[in-house]
Amino acid sequence: MTGKIEEKLFENRYNVDAGRPHVRIRQHDTPSKALLALITVCPAGCYRLDDGGRIEVVPDGCMECGSCRILTAGSGDLEWDYPRGGYGVLFKFG
Amino acid sequence: MKEERFDAIVVGAGPAGNAAAYTMAKNGLSVLQLERGEYPGSKNVQGAILYSDALEKLIPDFREDAPLERHVVEQRMWMMDDASHTGMHYRSHDFNEEKPNRYTIIRAQFDKWFSRRVREAGAIVLCETTVTELIRDTAGRVIGVRTDREGGVVLAGVVVLAEGVNGLVGHRAGLRAELKPGDVALAVKEMHFLPQEVIEQRFGVSGDEGVVIECMGTITRGMTGTAFLYTNRESISVGIGCMVGDPAESGVTPYSLLDAFKAHPSIRPLLAGSEVKEYAAHLIPEGGLRAMPEICGDGWVVAGDAAHLVNSVHREGSNLAMTSGRIAGETVVWLKRRREPCTAANLKEYRRRLEASFVMKDMRKYRDIPGMLHGNRQILDLYPRLMSRAAQIWLRVDGTDKRTKEGQIIGVLRKGRGFLGLLGDAVRLARAWR
Repeated sequence: MTGKIEEKLFENRYNVDAGRPHVRIRQHDTPSKALLALITVCPAGCYRLDDGGRIEVVPDGCMECGSCRILTAGSGDLEWDYPRGGYGVLFKFG
Repeated sequence: MKEERFDAIVVGAGPAGNAAAYTMAKNGLSVLQLERGEYPGSKNVQGAILYSDALEKLIPDFREDAPLERHVVEQRMWMMDDASHTGMHYRSHDFNEEKPNRYTIIRAQFDKWFSRRVREAGAIVLCETTVTELIRDTAGRVIGVRTDREGGVVLAGVVVLAEGVNGLVGHRAGLRAELKPGDVALAVKEMHFLPQEVIEQRFGVSGDEGVVIECMGTITRGMTGTAFLYTNRESISVGIGCMVGDPAESGVTPYSLLDAFKAHPSIRPLLAGSEVKEYAAHLIPEGGLRAMPEICGDGWVVAGDAAHLVNSVHREGSNLAMTSGRIAGETVVWLKRRREPCTAANLKEYRRRLEASFVMKDMRKYRDIPGMLHGNRQILDLYPRLMSRAAQIWLRVDGTDKRTKEGQIIGVLRKGRGFLGLLGDAVRLARAWR
């Protein structure tokens, strides 16, 4: 077993667009079922519960697959854009 | 960027976009290709297998300088339970031909090479440029795109959307509905580096020979999916995927699924001692024909993953992408030569040509497979387990006579699925396969 997701992402290259996250979560008090699911589904582990029981997203390790976008489509839970040109993940091998 | 008008704008620099841009530029059209990554390939992920036929139809001499890893001489299909695999292998020296049929490739390197060829053909390739929306005229016809560059409006006679599976541009323009979770797989992959001679010893190959392993079974923990292991020259691509909604139900994260696959007793020795240099994730459009959107309209065509062109049964996608991109490009060239505009009616020729190719024929052939697998997950989970049990009863020499062993095997099948269940699965599979 390789262990934690942070160790996997550590090998990847990113050009993070500091201060301009390309995924944002709508303000909520209680997360929807779809939002909760993202804790498990996101292959980069970008989603987690904060101390108040709300879902927060830190998309720095995002690989831009779009899974979260599709699973929350139509709900308004997420605002999802591609990063600005040149920013985001940079696959060395793909 | 000034308001300039091109014959065509291509959105995306993957196999579909490169094939389209290459075809049009080679035939003298003015082509602008826009790619959001720092370099072509920097956002692209694939297993990856290159199918020579699709590329040969564009660049017959690609073998001279394309970055190819190994040509495939052996294909293994493994049905796995937690401790075993039941395999079907096909290896042939015939695949050591002068012009091999399939190669393993590393997409970031291959896409850079392909893009260089596109530029040499005369297209303008602009990287680090995200297309934000389509621009239409008052009649609703697509006439260009807006990008995230300052004043970034560009006009063209036609827009080729080769933006990949997570295609925001076409979706936001209302050209296609949102992808449904049941139609999309999420795959994760790692690149494991090992010395060339270690790979050759482990897989019993020499020179540029390579091995491909496709796996299914309990490795996806009851979810609909498959896994793979491909040999590159000095690395092994290993990955696993399942339907994007499945991890939410199962509670298993994609990366722990990958780690469990890597730890499987049949896989672990193949990867032992390797150094992991990248972890990637990507969606795969697996809904088949029924999930396909409109692929052409007034001033636009769609190719590749954005058009949902994947043959999930044969694990083919990049060849459908290259072929659809090429045919889209050829259609635009054909219209240009006839001095006809790229209207919705004229671009229907793209669909006609695609229907006549293997692309749509294969999409049609397997149109019922995705739905069938979704409703019959036992095919991916139960059968590998049953086969393993049967093989183990058959192969263990333990003083039991063979007739009794045959009876035990039949008992395993009867208890596992029942004869009616077995028959029903066979009929359903045969029907969907037809």
